[in-house]
Order: sequence, then C-alpha cells, then structure tokens
Amino acid sequence: MPPDPRPRAGPDVEAVAEQVFAALADPTRRAILAALAARGPATATDLAGRLPVTRQAIAKHLALLAEAGLVRAEPGERRRVRYRLRSAPMRVAQQFLAALARDWDGPLDALKDHLDRSARGPATTTRHETT
Amino acid sequence: MGFPDRIERTVEVAHPPKKVWAALTTAEGLAAWFGDEAAIDLRPGGAARMRWNEEGFTAEMRVERVEEPAVFGFTWPIYGLPADDPRRTYVEFTLEPAGAGTRLTVVESGFAQLPEDAHRTAYGGNTEGWAKELGELVAYLDAA
Repeated sequence: MPPDPRPRAGPDVEAVAEQVFAALADPTRRAILAALAARGPATATDLAGRLPVTRQAIAKHLALLAEAGLVRAEPGERRRVRYRLRSAPMRVAQQFLAALARDWDGPLDALKDHLDRSARGPATTTRHETT
Repeated sequence: MGFPDRIERTVEVAHPPKKVWAALTTAEGLAAWFGDEAAIDLRPGGAARMRWNEEGFTAEMRVERVEEPAVFGFTWPIYGLPADDPRRTYVEFTLEPAGAGTRLTVVESGFAQLPEDAHRTAYGGNTEGWAKELGELVAYLDAA
C-alpha cells in the first residue's frame, strides 16, 4: 500500500529554511558553524581564538544563529556560556535542497534513449552514457 | 521561496507500456538507464537497490505499488539526509497508452514532509528549549 499523502509544508517550515539559508549566506557564520560541527561546543572566546574575527563580532553572529535555532546556549565551565550546534533546522533546509537536487530530467532522457536503442536492434549491453 | 513537496514530469515515449514497464521494473532495465547496478524484488513490500558507481551512492528502495503495466511505486531515502533518517520520498510511475506509445508520468512526493516529532524538534522545540536552557543557565549561575 502506498504511503498516505504527505501534508504540505506550512509557512513556519519555510521560515526555518529561510533562516538557515540567511545564516549560511555569511562566511563568518559558516565558519562558526563549521567550527562547532568539527570540534564541538565552544564559547565565544574559544571561537574568537580560532577564527580571524573579534569576540564582539562572534557574539553578534552567535546571537543571530541562536535566533535561527542553529546553535543553543548552554552553561559552560567557569560561568561562561557555551554554544552547541543544533542540526534540526539544517535538516529542514536540506529537504528543500533535496527537492532541487533530485534530477528526473536526466534519467527520463536516458530512459527514452534506452528504449529507442533497444528497439532498434538486438538487446545490447551498452550502457547509456550519462553526462 | 516555494517549498516544493513534489516533483512531477510527463514524457511521451514511442514504445508500448509493456516495454516501458520492463525498463522500470526489472534489474536489467533499471541498470540500463537509471543507475549503474540494480536489484529488485518486484512485489509490494519488496526490496530494491540502485547503485551509482561514479557517485559511490547506493539507494535502498522499497517497492510499494505494482500494478502491471500501469502503476509502479516505491519509496526511497531523501538524498542528503543521514542514512538512518527514517524520512523517505514516494516515487510513482504511471503508464498510460498514448497511440502506439506510452505517456509516462513520474511523481516524487514528500520532500516537504516533517513528521510531528521532527517538526517539534526543528521548530517548536526551539522555543521550549530556549526557555528550559535559559532557566538552567540562570539556576547554574545562581548556584555558582
């Protein structure tokens, strides 16, 4: 039995994706997210030590990332706030990208070629060359 | 910005449905135009697998609808999500006779799906999480 028809995405889902794309549009924010993904939770000071950006600028970007739900503030050592990457909004954006990346035009052209080719002569094992 | 839930394409091919059906539902057919290698257990609930060598990518599919030679449907993972993510899209091919050929429609749907729990995690959880985390932060700072 086929799955039930899926509900369409609500505007809040689209808002999540939009915030993710806006967050990723800035190279410093991408660097912050990459640093958190690669090395785990860090404070603004830790990040300022690793990236060529002032602590003030890092703090500003972290605030925006927190608002987008991409990082979460949590208590760290010595009363300092530590930021942890949150992947859930990324997955929402990823689904949008998945729809854009799913290519049906190429395979359907290949299917037509395959049917034409196999109709012309005896069965051939030649593979369709994808471009 | 639209959030596409489904992709739909219709093509006319100059071959009868029976022939198109074989290209869609046999390992030999699928490997000839879709992937580089294919395996399929053609029955509802049956497993199928497609492999693309260049990309080093394998898709595990589950056959959902088999109504020869008119409807073939399967689910497969959403590209880009982790391998253990349970979310899948549903692909359905519909074959209709069109003169001597076939009108073939493919619909892939479910890109915008967000099960209730994932939605809560992605969105609602954020607001709650913040309140909770900040509460904990305050408690932590008060205690320190």
